[in-house]
Formats: sequence, C-alpha cells, structure tokens
Amino acid sequence: MSHLPARPGVGFKSKHFADIARNPGPVGFFEVHAENYMGAGGLPHAQLTALRADHPLSVHGVGLSIGGHKGLDEDHLARLKTLCDRYQPDSFSEHLAWSSHGAEYLNDLLPLPYTEQTLQIVADHVDRVQEVLGRQMLLENPATYVLFEQSTIPEPEFMASVADRTGCGLLLDVNNVFVSCANHRRDPLDYLAEFRLDLVAEIHLGGHDQEDLPSGPLLIDSHGAPVADPVWALFRDIIARTGPLPTLVEWDNDVPEWSVLAAEAARADAILRERGQSLAAQ
Amino acid sequence: MPHSDFLTAFRAGLQDGTLPPGLTAIDPAETGQRFAVYRNNVAVGLSEALAARFPVIRRLVGEEFFAALARGFIRDDRPASPVIAEWGEGFADFLRGFAPLVAHPYMADVARLEHARGRAFHAADAMPVAPGDLAACAPDRLILGLHPSVQVLRFGHAAISVWLANQPDGPPVRDHARAETALILRDPAFQVHVVGIAEADAALIEALQQGRPLADAARCALRIDPDHSAQHILVRLMSGGAITSAQEEAP
Repeated sequence: MSHLPARPGVGFKSKHFADIARNPGPVGFFEVHAENYMGAGGLPHAQLTALRADHPLSVHGVGLSIGGHKGLDEDHLARLKTLCDRYQPDSFSEHLAWSSHGAEYLNDLLPLPYTEQTLQIVADHVDRVQEVLGRQMLLENPATYVLFEQSTIPEPEFMASVADRTGCGLLLDVNNVFVSCANHRRDPLDYLAEFRLDLVAEIHLGGHDQEDLPSGPLLIDSHGAPVADPVWALFRDIIARTGPLPTLVEWDNDVPEWSVLAAEAARADAILRERGQSLAAQ
Repeated sequence: MPHSDFLTAFRAGLQDGTLPPGLTAIDPAETGQRFAVYRNNVAVGLSEALAARFPVIRRLVGEEFFAALARGFIRDDRPASPVIAEWGEGFADFLRGFAPLVAHPYMADVARLEHARGRAFHAADAMPVAPGDLAACAPDRLILGLHPSVQVLRFGHAAISVWLANQPDGPPVRDHARAETALILRDPAFQVHVVGIAEADAALIEALQQGRPLADAARCALRIDPDHSAQHILVRLMSGGAITSAQEEAP
C-alpha cells in the first residue's frame, strides 16, 4: 500500500538538499527517481539517507519498461528491491510505458498499443514487481503524442483492468492527462470521467512545452516548466471528487531554485487544504 | 502482431524514421511529426545524459559539436541498463577514433578521466582509519586498505592539466602533449579529487591496491625513483580519507 501523506510533495534534487534541511516549507514528502540511487555509495545515498530520516519518501522508477518485452529485466528488479529494502519508501510507482529494447536502455517513456495482449503482459509484469518487492505498486498514466490503430481498449479502462487484475494502485499524472487529451483533441474531463479515481493513490503535477502542428498544438511533457493553469484547474476538480491525495510537483529539467518549487508545492497545498476543510465542515 | 514485433519495429523506427505499424494520429497526416517527438526525446535524452557524464568534453568541443559527437557515439553504444551512471566507458575509445578530433588526441584521455571521476562519485562507502591505527602496526608487515573510489590513471597526454583548466579559475594548459598520471579519490565530504602524481607514487598505490605490505609497496616506488619518499603520497591519501583499513600481515 502507498502510505504517503495526503499533502504536497516535491521531486528531490541534490542541489536543493541544504535548502530543504533549512526549511522544507509546505512539503509533506519527497519523491526520487529510483535509477539515480543505484550506485554503490557516495553523496546520493548520504543525501537520501538523511532525507529519508526526516520525511516520507516515494520511490519512482523510470526504467523498468513495464510495457516492454514479455519478462521484466530481473537484474533491474533486483536493484529496485535492494533500494526499497534499504529505504523502506512509503510508495513505489512506475509507468505504463516501455524504455528498454533487448539489452539497450533508450532513456524515454515510449508508448504501447492497448490490447488484450498488452494488457496481459503489463498485468503479468505488475504482478512480478509486486511479488519481488513484496508491496503494492502504483502505475502511472503516460503522456502520449501518437495513437495506435491496433488499440482496442481506452487508456483509463486499460489502467483500471491492470489494477483489477493485480491489485496495484494508480498514479494519476494530471499534466499527462492534459497533454495527451490536448494532443488527441479530446476533453480531459471526459478522460477523467472514465478514470477510476477511487484507485488513485498519488497525483503528479508537472509542466509542459508546446509546439504547433497544422491541426493545432502539440504539447510535450517536459517537466521543465511551472504547472500550467488548466492543469491546476483539473487538479482542483479531481481533488473536489476524491478528497486530499498525496500530490507531487515534478520539475526535472532546467530545475529552478528551491523557492520556486516550494511555491508550487504551496499552491498544491492550498487546494488540498481547501478541500480538506470543506470535508471537515460536512 | 506479437508485442515483441511491435517493439522491434518501433525501435527500428526511432533509428531510421520508418513509422511503426499501426501508428496514427487524430490527423493521420501528422503521424510522422508526432513520431519525431519520440525520436527526438530518445536522441536528446541520451545526448544530455552523456553530456552530464562528460562536462569538460562538452565544454571543450562546444554544445553543437558535442551533440554531433553524441549522435555518432549513441549509434553504436547505448546504455546497457537503466542505470545511466554506468554508461560511457567506451566514449574515450570513440573519441580516439573520431576523425574530426584527430588533432586533439588529449580528448580521449580527458574522457577517461571524467569517466573515472563518475566511478569515484558512485563508489562504495568506507570509513577512513584513525592515524593511531597506523602507529599500532609494525611497519614491515603493515597492510593498508584503500577507499573503493581510489583509482590510478596514466595518460599519454595532459588530461589532468586540461581538466583543471576547465574548472572555475583553473590555470591554463602549458603543454597538451605532456604525459600525466592521476590519482582520483573521493574524500569523506564526497568531493572527488583529481591529483597529479609521480610514477613512483602510482606504483606504490597500485601495490597497496594489490594487498601488498607498505614496506613492499615503498620498494616498488623506489625501483622507479631511488629518491622517492613514501611519506608525501601517504599523507595525501590519509588527508583525503583514502586509507580505510590498517592491519598487520600474518607473520
């Protein structure tokens, strides 16, 4: 199970370590990319050990390739287990995507068609992750730029089916919903109406970039900008329905000063508290 | 279509631009432009990961040239696992064989140095010994264990000087063609140091790494330089927290 507090979290960056030690602001948990902590020792582990002592922790994998070839990379899964055993995070999550092909790692979250065949592969992989780690994992919805003719299952239904078959939870990346829906010219509220919000155990918020195609905008999930206003509006709408949830602000490229991230976290905090108070008043 | 065939076709398309089977978009005419986002993400993502591992090479050749360099390298050498920090060992050899850099043969040595720094940064932890632990042992049979980050590298060109010149306020390089030997170590505050050392120092450190007693290691150094004093390099290792065990060899 995910045990993160229903508060704002921030993706941890090494350069913010001293700022966080001085004043973590409204941040209730930190999230790290698992693959950045797979060396034997040194500064990354020293910082993570200190951070873990003071804060709830989410470990977020970016390299397991859950949507990839049948059969996960067992060496990588063993590395994840070592990391989770060492730091006992409050949550472990990964992506509905693939990132490795054979023995090469492509360093991007690549898309897959949603079919009965891929549903079975993904569910088997999630089962295996949960078996090895001995814990529930959360599966995150991707940002996508293309569609597949062979897809027969809508993405929200695909994710709900994986959760039903495996008992995993879902990580709802609201920016990814906004990006994908804009790119596929559909209303994000329709997507969210189909999404099993009762299975969501964590929210991600991040920034995106925009390019322009003849038919309209193409949004790119960049994690290098502030959360956009329409994404905040969707987030508020979701929280109004679910109640407060652990909510991560992601910023992985062109990472700004700590104060900028703390301000984004404070904005998430205000929305979570607003909802918390209205629940308490009921 | 089996999923593995889909993945193989998508992977091939990332390389050569061929659209994978079934790929489409809300306006199918734009499918190629949309697929290009993934092609770009993969190429730029790997290129930036490489640049993060080799910041001085990137500084030396400039951003644009580095991107071209990275494209060439990535064609044949991609990360073998999602632990990107382990990637890049082959970059030095690639630079050595890269025709446009033939007039700058020190580049490959600088890449070796940067790769070794990355290894030191992530090396396993080990606590330094207290100076008293050394004094308690008989010098002839004293065996010193060195920190896992400690590495000795020999360069045919002035890799250390070039690397230092590209640090803030670094001194200019006097002679690019000068052979240099480096000691690389990570101190207890997690700073990675690059120190120019004499060949006799290198021989002493390597003998210690092989588990030979200090007196034996010092004799290795003396064979290279009859005037060598072990004290200077031992103080350097000690002050960097690089001596992590001291015990007497069984008689």
